[in-house]
Order: sequence, then C-alpha cells, then structure tokens
Amino acid sequence: MKVKVKLFAILRERAGTAEITKEIQEGSTVADLWAALQQDYPKLAVPGIRLLYAVNQDYVSPDRVLRNSDEVVFVPPVSGG
Amino acid sequence: MLRVTDKPIDLQELVDWVTDPEAGAITTFIGTTRNNNQGRKVIALDYEAYPEMAEKELARLSEEAKEKWQICRMAIVHRIGPVQITEPSVMIAVSAAHREAAFAACRFAIEEIKKTVPIWKKEVYEGGEIWIGTQSGQPLNRS
Repeated sequence: MKVKVKLFAILRERAGTAEITKEIQEGSTVADLWAALQQDYPKLAVPGIRLLYAVNQDYVSPDRVLRNSDEVVFVPPVSGG
Repeated sequence: MLRVTDKPIDLQELVDWVTDPEAGAITTFIGTTRNNNQGRKVIALDYEAYPEMAEKELARLSEEAKEKWQICRMAIVHRIGPVQITEPSVMIAVSAAHREAAFAACRFAIEEIKKTVPIWKKEVYEGGEIWIGTQSGQPLNRS
C-alpha cells in the first residue's frame, strides 16, 4: 500500500522535496515510516529535533498503524505567532 | 474566520467578523515582526504552514476557548510567506459579553497557536537564516 508524506519547513528543505509517495507494508506504523524515510533521505535525521506526528490532519502517536492513502506529516517544532 | 493567508491581514475585517449584539467587549491581538532576536539582527521572517491542518487546529482551539470562557466569536488570521519588519504576522479578535473572558480567550489563542498549530517561521537575519524552534525542540503533551 501507499501513503503520501508531506514535508514542511526544515524537513522539506533537508529532503529537497515537499511530497513523497512511499510504498509501505501492511501494519506499518508512523514510526516505521519515519525510520524508512530516513534511510531514503539521510538528511531528514536532524540532530536533537523533537517531532510530532500527524495523519490526515490530526496529531497521532508514533505507534499509529497506517492505512492505504493516508496523508502523513512529520511536524517539526511549530513556531507560528 | 479561522484561516491562513498569503496576503496582508486587515484587522478591521476580523473586528467586523466578531462584532455581535450580545458583546460588551472586543479584544484584539496583533503579532508583529521584530527587528532582533537573541542578539541577531533580523531582516525578515518567512512563514510556512500546513494549511489544511493549521485551519483545523485553529478551529479546535477556538472551540476549546468557547468551552473555557463565555465568548461570542473568535477570529484568527495567520499570514504565511515573507513578512517584513513591523508587519503583522497574526491577528486575533475575540468578542464577549464581558472583557475578562475576551482578554483571557485572546491570550489563550495566541499561546495555543505557538504550541500546536502547524506553522513554522524561518528567521532571515544578517549572516544567515534559521528555522525557529528546531534548535531546542519543543515537547508537546497531547493525546
């Protein structure tokens, strides 16, 4: 199955792309996806960064199991205002 | 009115939107771009958002404010893209029957924006640029 990953801010810059479609195995979690992406894009590993995780525009925990065509975002520390 | 925009924000538009015959107070907050930060001379800020989720989170925090305080209406507009020194990056307006609730909910809104809404600012300063928040990390306790 496939999921869509959107990248923003520092992660978008480091990956050099704003969107990635990734083939994953059934039962994969958000954390599994993040580990796989860091294999594909080693620069995504930002030392010391604290990420949050969002699936389909809601914050989720990293053990959330993904479904086909989910939209996943790894949220760097927000700094609006 | 809970949205992000790449255009300059018009405060009057927010005030008009929260105007309510049952309100005895309207409070507003304007976040502006400062020319210095932690000893760096700031040239401009550049904001980026995950727009669909940002607007969803703004709606969530607005509902939370309505549960906590007796307010009539809340409007929040956050600008994205480049914002020059002195220009507003965010505006909030809250109407309520009484001022205490209007002040409290307005304060709550800006604090929540800084914690949970997926918007990021890059500071462009003399000699470089930096994504704010990525150095120290930012833990967030939410289920």
